[in-house]
Amino acid sequence: MRPLDWRLVLGVTIVGLVCLLWLLVAGVLLWAVLDPNDWETVLEALGGKGGLLLFLWAGSLVPTAVALRHLIEHYLRAPAKLAEEARLLLETDVQRLPTPRGSNENRRLAEIIGQLVTQREALRADMDQRVRAASRQTELEKNRLAALMSELTKSVVVCNLDGRILLYNNRARLQFRRLSRLPTPAGGAELMGLGRSIYTVLDRKLVSHALENVQRRLHRGASAPSAQFVTAIRSGKLLRVQMSPVRDVTSDDHGARTTDTMTGFVLLIENITDDVQAHAEKNRILTNLTEDSRSALASARAAAEVLELPDIPAPLREQLLAVIREELQGLSRRLEEAQPTAGRALRSRWPLEDMLGDDLIEAAVQRLESEFGLTVDVERGQDQSVWMKVESFTLLQAVLHLAGRLRQHCRVRALTLRLTEQSGQGALDLIWMPCDGANDKAQLGWDDEPIEVGSETLSLTVRDVLERHGGECWIEQEIDDARHRCFFRLMLPLAATQEELPAATFMRHESRPEYYDFDLFQTTERTQSLDDSPLSKLAYTVFDTETTGLNPAEGDEIIQIGAVRIVNGKVLSQEFFDQLVDPKRVIPPASIPIHGITPDMVKGQPTIETVLPSFHGFCEDTVLVAHNAAFDMRCLQLKEKLTGVRFDHPVLDTLLLSALVHENQDSHRLEAIAERFGLTIIGRHTAIGDAMVTAEILVKLIPLLAEKGIHTLGQARAAAQKTYYARVNY
Amino acid sequence: MASSILIADNEANLLISLEYLLQRQGYDVSLARDGSQAMQLIRQQQPDLVVLDAMLPSRSGFEVCQEVRGDPALRHIRLVMLSARARETDMAKGKALGADAYIVKPFSTEELVHQVRQLLGADR
Repeated sequence: MRPLDWRLVLGVTIVGLVCLLWLLVAGVLLWAVLDPNDWETVLEALGGKGGLLLFLWAGSLVPTAVALRHLIEHYLRAPAKLAEEARLLLETDVQRLPTPRGSNENRRLAEIIGQLVTQREALRADMDQRVRAASRQTELEKNRLAALMSELTKSVVVCNLDGRILLYNNRARLQFRRLSRLPTPAGGAELMGLGRSIYTVLDRKLVSHALENVQRRLHRGASAPSAQFVTAIRSGKLLRVQMSPVRDVTSDDHGARTTDTMTGFVLLIENITDDVQAHAEKNRILTNLTEDSRSALASARAAAEVLELPDIPAPLREQLLAVIREELQGLSRRLEEAQPTAGRALRSRWPLEDMLGDDLIEAAVQRLESEFGLTVDVERGQDQSVWMKVESFTLLQAVLHLAGRLRQHCRVRALTLRLTEQSGQGALDLIWMPCDGANDKAQLGWDDEPIEVGSETLSLTVRDVLERHGGECWIEQEIDDARHRCFFRLMLPLAATQEELPAATFMRHESRPEYYDFDLFQTTERTQSLDDSPLSKLAYTVFDTETTGLNPAEGDEIIQIGAVRIVNGKVLSQEFFDQLVDPKRVIPPASIPIHGITPDMVKGQPTIETVLPSFHGFCEDTVLVAHNAAFDMRCLQLKEKLTGVRFDHPVLDTLLLSALVHENQDSHRLEAIAERFGLTIIGRHTAIGDAMVTAEILVKLIPLLAEKGIHTLGQARAAAQKTYYARVNY
Repeated sequence: MASSILIADNEANLLISLEYLLQRQGYDVSLARDGSQAMQLIRQQQPDLVVLDAMLPSRSGFEVCQEVRGDPALRHIRLVMLSARARETDMAKGKALGADAYIVKPFSTEELVHQVRQLLGADR
């Protein structure tokens, strides 16, 4: 039952009073117009019926109330309801049409509001779709950029103005891996990683000097405001670093444009140690050759010129002849000595590139068929993928030249190509069947003629091209099924084995490597202490150790350390640390089924003295995280004296954090938590496998902690200390 | 009296020819095998002209040249520099340090003799 509407009460009261008033007025008027007798009669007629009159008056109020109520409902309440509904629609995202009720006008209003709501929803959906498309596009472009970077043969590192790395490519990773103390694939991850400082590998002063130069050039409006510097790094290698600015972008009505403000910088890093050495070697050879030769030639020439003089005494003549002989022999010897090294040094000047043998053959077949209309077969050797180091353009020209001569002089119409590996070199054979009576003699000189392809003549000969490659060329005959086949054999260098990428086989393979995080472009606020930093913004090293037993204080040792990093709330599964450690003691056989590490596996691995400093580097500037961290931290801290590195990082324990979030759960074992979060564990009880899961768990825990009002590191540490588990002594 | 010439070069094979050639021209020739010896003989004999290799052992020809030019008592001595270094910068250095001529090896003996004769003749 709805409470009585005050408007209804008021309305009825007013009508009742008006009626009463009207009755009184009527009575007074009647009294005034009637003479007393008639008034008597009236009073008599009404006598005792006053109650009826009152009843009639009251009765008339009922229809009044009904009518009023209807009117209120229709004209007042309906618009009010509509207003309420409209307000709700305005303030929330509810998708509902207002109920049409009340007067026609009100109904029409409801309809119009309904249409507005529909229109709003359509606009909103459209907007959402556009935003999604735009962010997909952005994501795609970022991915494309990262993919592009990873293919570059130069090392690329992009940093924000703090020197924090926000993008790097695979080449950079490989390059810095060589600087690491650890020889294993994990090495280098302590130097190159998202959010890490570039100043651990490059001198801060050099970088800031280059930055100043770039900024100056930017303000001057230079078209290519980049700077270069060469620096020697720890291992004595020389790096040439080129720095280009990443400029800020403003957008206005005319589209986006770059400004003079830098938001970061790109470093192109090249290891020029070999170049510099090769260059120096080349110089040395050339200098030696010319200067030594000059002296020798001077002596020989002077002697020869003296000999031309008449009336030389016989002993002097003998002496001079000896001088000439000796100097010429010396010169010959020097040339002999210089040639192999000079050849090597000089050859490196030619831009030889790695090329898959099959690709080379295919290109040759195409050119031969289109140029001469020859029928070309390919004979495949055993080695399917031979990588060559060639300058393919001139090499193909040389092949075409030889084929052209064959066609012209030996009436050859069909050729066979074959590429095989012969004692560490690639042998490219150009095979043909000699026709009877053809002039085979001509073949001998062809490699010494300038290369001719079609109407084009190069200044090079086939021999030059082969010398460029440090190769050779000859003609051979082979007897195969009583057929005499001839072939030109071109010996060419093979490419060095391709650099192997670190195999992260146990890691989940994601479609793209996480080599970038552009969110890091925002300069980090250093004024904030770690304890006040939000959990979602911190960089973490999540790690796990495997040990020979559970009592590190009584001689149990670390045999494996695994760790991954979390930066900006993302687990960087590519930036991991995974290292076996030689414990220099027996691994108890009982423990082997747990961690799966046998004495054979740790044999030859680095010891804790090497591994911990490297791991310390990996953890730099991060918060350490482990499941049941107390144990792992104890293992690390027991080694501080021995290794000289202190692990005084802030520490978070996923076990305690889990207990904080799910206080009513019985088990906070790693498996149990992983199951609660629906995570699958790959490689449980390997250090890296457990570290991965722990990292995933931490990422899931952070928003749950936020729901509990725990936002900063300080809050998390304080709260974790209060949990039940923290009181248990390990 | 015949002019005296000192030839300083560590290439014995070159000394044989140069000694004979210049003696044949009627000069009074003495020989030195390294920089220190050359300097010593220069001070002792005060030759009219020194044929000096740029890359002598113990003290380079450049050093000898500089020392001769730095000593007023030796200033009259003519210096012909022989060198296996043919770069412009080396020649400039030789001239700058005070050599009267800079001859790049290998050279024509005729040219050397001509140069020597001119330098000594200009003195007279």
